[in-house]
Amino acid sequence: MADTTNLQRKMHRTAFACVGIVVGMVGLAYASVPLYDLFCKVTGFGGTPIVRDANGSEIMDRTIAIRFDSNVAPGLNWRFAPEKPEVTVRLGETATVYYKVTNTGDKPSTGIATYNVQPDLAGTYFSKLECFCFTEQTLQPGETLESAVVFYVDPRLVEDGDVKDLTSLTLSYTYFPSKGGKPVAEVTSSTKPIAQ
Amino acid sequence: MAHAADAAHADHHDHLPSFWRRWFYSTNHKDIGTLYLIFGFTAGIVGGLLSIGMRLELQEPGLQFFSNPQAFNVFVTGHGLIMVFFMVMPTLIGGFGNWFIPIMIGAPDMAFPRMNNISFWLTVSAFCLMLCSLFVEGAPGSLGFGGGWTVYPPLSVTGHPGPALDFGILALHLAGAASILGAINFITTILNMRAPGMTLHKMPLFAWAMLVTAFLLLLSLPVLAGAITMLLTDRNFGTTFFEPSGGGDPVLYQHLFWFFGHPEVYIMILPAFGIVSHIISTFSKKPIFGYLGMAYAMVAIGVVGFVVWAHHMYTVGLSLQTQAYFVFATMVIAVPTGVKIFSWIATMWGGSIRFTAAMQWAVGFVFLFTVGGVTGVVLANAPVDRYMHDTYYVVAHFHYVLSLGAVFVIFAGIYYWFPKITGYVMPEWIGQLHFWVAFIGANVLFFPMHFLGLSGMPRRYADYPDAFAGWNLVSSIGSYIFFAGLFIFMFGVVYAFIRKERAADNPWGEGATTLEWTLSSPPPYHQFETLPRVVDTGH
Repeated sequence: MADTTNLQRKMHRTAFACVGIVVGMVGLAYASVPLYDLFCKVTGFGGTPIVRDANGSEIMDRTIAIRFDSNVAPGLNWRFAPEKPEVTVRLGETATVYYKVTNTGDKPSTGIATYNVQPDLAGTYFSKLECFCFTEQTLQPGETLESAVVFYVDPRLVEDGDVKDLTSLTLSYTYFPSKGGKPVAEVTSSTKPIAQ
Repeated sequence: MAHAADAAHADHHDHLPSFWRRWFYSTNHKDIGTLYLIFGFTAGIVGGLLSIGMRLELQEPGLQFFSNPQAFNVFVTGHGLIMVFFMVMPTLIGGFGNWFIPIMIGAPDMAFPRMNNISFWLTVSAFCLMLCSLFVEGAPGSLGFGGGWTVYPPLSVTGHPGPALDFGILALHLAGAASILGAINFITTILNMRAPGMTLHKMPLFAWAMLVTAFLLLLSLPVLAGAITMLLTDRNFGTTFFEPSGGGDPVLYQHLFWFFGHPEVYIMILPAFGIVSHIISTFSKKPIFGYLGMAYAMVAIGVVGFVVWAHHMYTVGLSLQTQAYFVFATMVIAVPTGVKIFSWIATMWGGSIRFTAAMQWAVGFVFLFTVGGVTGVVLANAPVDRYMHDTYYVVAHFHYVLSLGAVFVIFAGIYYWFPKITGYVMPEWIGQLHFWVAFIGANVLFFPMHFLGLSGMPRRYADYPDAFAGWNLVSSIGSYIFFAGLFIFMFGVVYAFIRKERAADNPWGEGATTLEWTLSSPPPYHQFETLPRVVDTGH
C-alpha cells in the first residue's frame, strides 16, 4: 500500500499548491486596489492630477488655457462654482484659483469633493500644490466656503508626443454627498424608476 | 500502481447504487459528467429562449414584446451570463472533461470524487440563484439585473439598488467556486494519475486542453471573485472601491473584470480545440499533425491570453503606447491560433476522410471559428475598435467564436461520443441534418450582424432606427432556424434510446486511437481496475 499513500501525498501536494494559487490570486485582486491607486497618483494615469510639494520647474513662454468645471452630485443642495471659468497660464507658472461652494438647502449637509483632469493623458502634467479633496466639508444652511487650488502645469508636457499640442485642459471637481459609510444603493434609492 | 488500484476498487465492482444514491450522491466521474451534460443542455435551452425573446423583439423596429425596454436588457444580461457560466463551461469542462479525462489518461476516476460532486451541485445552486435574480427587483421599478454580463459600475452599483444583482453576484461566486474546485480536481488528476508510460508528451490533446484550461481557471476566476466581492461591498457595506465619491475608480473594475474575462474566452474555447483535434484525427484516419505544436500552441494561447485584457477597453482613455502594446499582444495570439487551424487542415490533408456527423460539425467549427478569428484581428486594432466598440460587429465576432465555435464543438463532441456515453447508435443522418440546419441558421443569424455593426447599430438596445430593419429581420429568421435544429437533436437522442441499436466498442474504426475506445460502450461503472500501460505514441 506504499504506492497508494505515496500517490495520495502527491495528490494532496498538487491540490494544496492549487489552493495556494487561488488564495494568491484573490490577494492580488485586492492588492490591485491600492496598487492601482498608487499607480494613478504616481503616473497621472486616468487623469489623476499629481500632488506636489513645491514648484521646481522653469517658466516657459508657451501658454495653455485651464478650464474649470464644477459639479454637484444629486442629493446635495449645494451651489458650487469657480470664481472664473478659465485662466491662461504659462507652463511652469504657479497659479491660484478659488472655488466657491454654498449650501442652498435648509439643512446642514456634508459633502466630499473629488477631481479629475481631461484629457486623461494630461493628468501627469497637472501638478497641484494645494487643493481641497477627499476631506469632508460640513456646511450650515446658507454658509459659503471658499477653497483654493494652487497648481502649475509641468513644462515637460511639451516633450510628451501624446499631448504636446494641447492648447487647453480641464480640471473638473465634483461634490458628492458624504455617505458616512452608508451603502451606495441606500443613498441612491431615491432615484426615479426607469420603467415607463 | 496497478495493484493498488485493483485493491481499492475490488469490493464494489459493477455494483450499481440505487437511483437516488447514484445520481444525487454521485462520485463517479462518468455519472457526474452525464449530470453536467444534462444540466448544460437545460441551461442552454433557458439561455436560448432568452435570446429568442431578444430576436423576436429586434425582428422589427419599435417595441413589440418588451413594453419596458429594461426587461430587454435583463434578457441580454441573463442570456450572456447563463450561456457563459451555465452552458458552455459546464458542458465542455464539467461534461466532456469529467467523462473522458480520466478515461483518456487511463485513470480509474478523478482524483477527488467527492469534491467533484460538490462542484456539480454548487453549479446547480448557482444556476438557481441566477434564475432567482431574474425575478427580484433590480433597477427601481423593474425586475432583474440589466447592466450586461460584464456588470460594469457605476450602473451596477448605483443604478440597480434592488437585490437582483446581489443574487447574480452570489450566483457567480458559487459558480466560480465550483469551477475552481473542478480545476483543482482536473490538475491533480492529470498531473498524478496518468497510466504508467503516459508521459505529458504522450497525453491526448483533450487532456492537454483541459490542463491548460484548468490553470486558466485557477488564475483568473479568483480575480473575478475579488472584483465582484468589491462590487457587493460597494453596494451593501459602504466601501468605495469603484465609487468616485470615495476616491474609487470604475475603470479599475474593468481592468479586474477583463483580467478574468479575456482568459475566460479561452477557457471556453480550449477544451473545444482539444475535442476537435480528436474528431478530425479520427475521421481522417491519421494521427494529429504536429502534436507537440498543437499542445504548446494551447499553452501559448493560455499564457498570452493573460496579457491582452485591455483590448476590451480601448475607449476608456488608455495612452497611445498602452493601446499600441495591447494591439500588438492581441495580434500575437493569432499566431498560435493559426498553428492550430493549419494543423487541423494538415491533419485532414491526404487523410481518408469520412464526413460523419461529428466530422461535419468539427470541420464546420474550423471554418466558422476562422471567420470569428479574422473579425477578432480586425477588432484588435485600437483605431478600428473606436468605431466598432459596442456595436453588433462585436456581437457577430464573439458569437462566431463562441456560439458557432464552442457550441458547434459541443455538438461535434456529442455526436462523436454519443455511442460511447450511452452505448446506443444514433443514426448518422440525424446529426448531419442537424448540422446543416444549424450551419445555415447560425450564419443567417450572425453574419448580417457584421453589416449592422459596420453601419453603426449599437448593442444592448431594445429598439433601433428603421435603417437597420432589413438585416435584423434576416438575423431573427436565422435564430429561429438554429433553434429548430435543437428539436432535431432532441429527436435524435430520444430515437436512439427507443431504437436501442447497440454500439460497438469502437464504432469509428482504426482512426479512433484514444483509450476510451478500448473500453466497452458504455464503459463499465469502474474502469481500468488494471491500469493500462501506454507503450506506443498514439495520441
